[in-house]
Amino acid sequence: MSDDQVVRQVSGTGVPIPGDDIDTDQILPARFMKEVTFDNMARYLFYDARREDGSRNDHPLNRFEGASIAVVNQNFGCGSSREHAPQAMMRWGVDGVVGESFAEIFRDNCKSLGMPVVTADHGAVVSLQEWLEENPDGQVTVDVEDGAVCYDERTVEGQIDDAMREALLGGVWDTTALMYSNRSKVEQTVADLPYVDSR
Amino acid sequence: MSERTLYDKVWDRHRVTELPNGQDQLFVGLHLIHEVTSPQAFAMLDERDLEVAFPERNYATTDHIAPTEAGKRERPLVDSEAEEMLSALERNVTESGITFFGLDSGKQGITHVVAPELGLSRPGMTVACGDSHTSTHGAFGSIGIGVGTSQIRDILATGCIAAEKQRVRRIEVEGSLGAGVYAKDIILKIIQELGVDGGVGHVYEYGGPAIRELEMEGRLAVCNMSIEGGARAGYINPDETTYEYLRGREYAPEGEAFERRRADWESLRSDEDAEYDDVVTVDVDGMDPLVTWGINPGQVIELSEPVPRPDSFDARSDREAAERALSHMDLTPGESMLGYDVDVAFLGTCTNGRVSDFEVAAEILSGRTVDDDVRALAVPGSETVRRRCEKRGLDETFIEAGFQWRRAGCSMCLAMNNDSLEGTEVCASSSNRNFVGRQGSKEGRTVLMSPAMVAAAAVTGEVTDPRRFVDDTARTVSAADVEVAE
Repeated sequence: MSDDQVVRQVSGTGVPIPGDDIDTDQILPARFMKEVTFDNMARYLFYDARREDGSRNDHPLNRFEGASIAVVNQNFGCGSSREHAPQAMMRWGVDGVVGESFAEIFRDNCKSLGMPVVTADHGAVVSLQEWLEENPDGQVTVDVEDGAVCYDERTVEGQIDDAMREALLGGVWDTTALMYSNRSKVEQTVADLPYVDSR
Repeated sequence: MSERTLYDKVWDRHRVTELPNGQDQLFVGLHLIHEVTSPQAFAMLDERDLEVAFPERNYATTDHIAPTEAGKRERPLVDSEAEEMLSALERNVTESGITFFGLDSGKQGITHVVAPELGLSRPGMTVACGDSHTSTHGAFGSIGIGVGTSQIRDILATGCIAAEKQRVRRIEVEGSLGAGVYAKDIILKIIQELGVDGGVGHVYEYGGPAIRELEMEGRLAVCNMSIEGGARAGYINPDETTYEYLRGREYAPEGEAFERRRADWESLRSDEDAEYDDVVTVDVDGMDPLVTWGINPGQVIELSEPVPRPDSFDARSDREAAERALSHMDLTPGESMLGYDVDVAFLGTCTNGRVSDFEVAAEILSGRTVDDDVRALAVPGSETVRRRCEKRGLDETFIEAGFQWRRAGCSMCLAMNNDSLEGTEVCASSSNRNFVGRQGSKEGRTVLMSPAMVAAAAVTGEVTDPRRFVDDTARTVSAADVEVAE
């Protein structure tokens, strides 16, 4: 609820990560989850996809260092619920994601991190990805209020999920603090649940 | 919006209030914890000086990193990273007063196998876990939701998650399964028809004659893979099968309490006149067993179908995905999956690591041996499953056939312990995800199928119609029936 948690817009250079159904096993391979903190996750982001025979290939993340806006296609983040995936993206430098569609748990995890996720139609996303390939230093801005994505004097109409918009604009994406203040209401709900022994 | 469905009723019961961001604050009746996604959440709690709000609603076990070789389960674990994760979990649950089923407890196993078999998962609950396969618990008529680590922090600190109600899609599964066709085939069929993202924004309510006929373990397999269809939760209305399964389980209510609870469970079933956001019918009558040919669970065919041509798909994205899949799997359109060479047979996981899965496989393996070129792993979903199988002598059948009989864990489903594919190995797998790299090797190839087909593949060294071994009179298909010339 503090002002420093309000996210109105995110901007910076972009990185296109093309492909549909990119699952969280690709974003953050399971073998790198054997750590008890998220601290090192950035170095494992798309680990396998970014390497060929042990050395780095031309994967976009190898070419667009320093980018802040990831631009992806359909059903991004499907599969495992691992928050390690968006944590790795955030720690690598991603502040917001624009894509055709997202898996639900992935989108929820982004919201928990205060990282806006905006959807736009196929044509608009592909055009943006192509423009980024040509303009690695070009600026992209994502507006949380209306989901608009601006670049190269163009404005793409994007959609942002209501709960995410409210959470980011209100600075209330940290749901622990929000829900913690409702403790007495929780006790009432629990008291009415037939399967919970009275406390 | 849906009305009077089980989902609506269970949601309403657990809804605490509406949050300023428009989401509902939902109480979580059962929170399951494992070592991979929880340590960061406990650390966040420490940072904020918060305590676990409802320790008695939480249960923990270790599964993802659990060594499955008996000799490697001694502490400290040989794998130092695994040891650190397990120690962190033990420390966290001890400090918080959370019940923990550790490696030596006799009850350890995959969260989604352990909670159902102990009677912790029951109708009418909200169940959450930092694992996408939490949808499994919907088999009892509950709402099972996979969550991320920040949401685990929410649950630990407040007992609740912030969530939005989803649309409810009723999936009416018509017909009945033939011999050698199983619950796993039903859910693969549903994903084939509705796609891997068809369920986004939805909860799936599975019903109809083919679902009613399933035993609980089959229902668990169906609900388990809801997430592979994009649905975060999937459920089945509770009935006699559910109640009989629960009766006598360690954590289930007893005697009169059971009868009272049962009346309540019955009242939670979707009403006859419930309203759904949409209804889809899937007919499984005469359906052949299914097998994946690609790199997502929606790239799946019945054994009687050839590997599809990319241009047979309407959507551009499906065509591109098919091209990538054919290249990764080294397949040609028009081929049959029957005869596809297999290097590894893997039986287990939260989808198919239960007693009935091992029984079905053991029937096929009895008196047969694993192909010389196949390494075969049988990994019970829990130590309880292992013990029950061993009591019936199933372990001997597996060992005599040439399988390795292991201890409980997630194992080669995602290769976070040392059970992993090597290089380009092909795995006939009873698991739920065939994503590139999922089983530990980026060139590795996963072919998803029922436990019966895994056993058949282990014996023949290739993808095989399991009905050949199940029932002499059953219809079977061979590659020659399927292949179409290019």
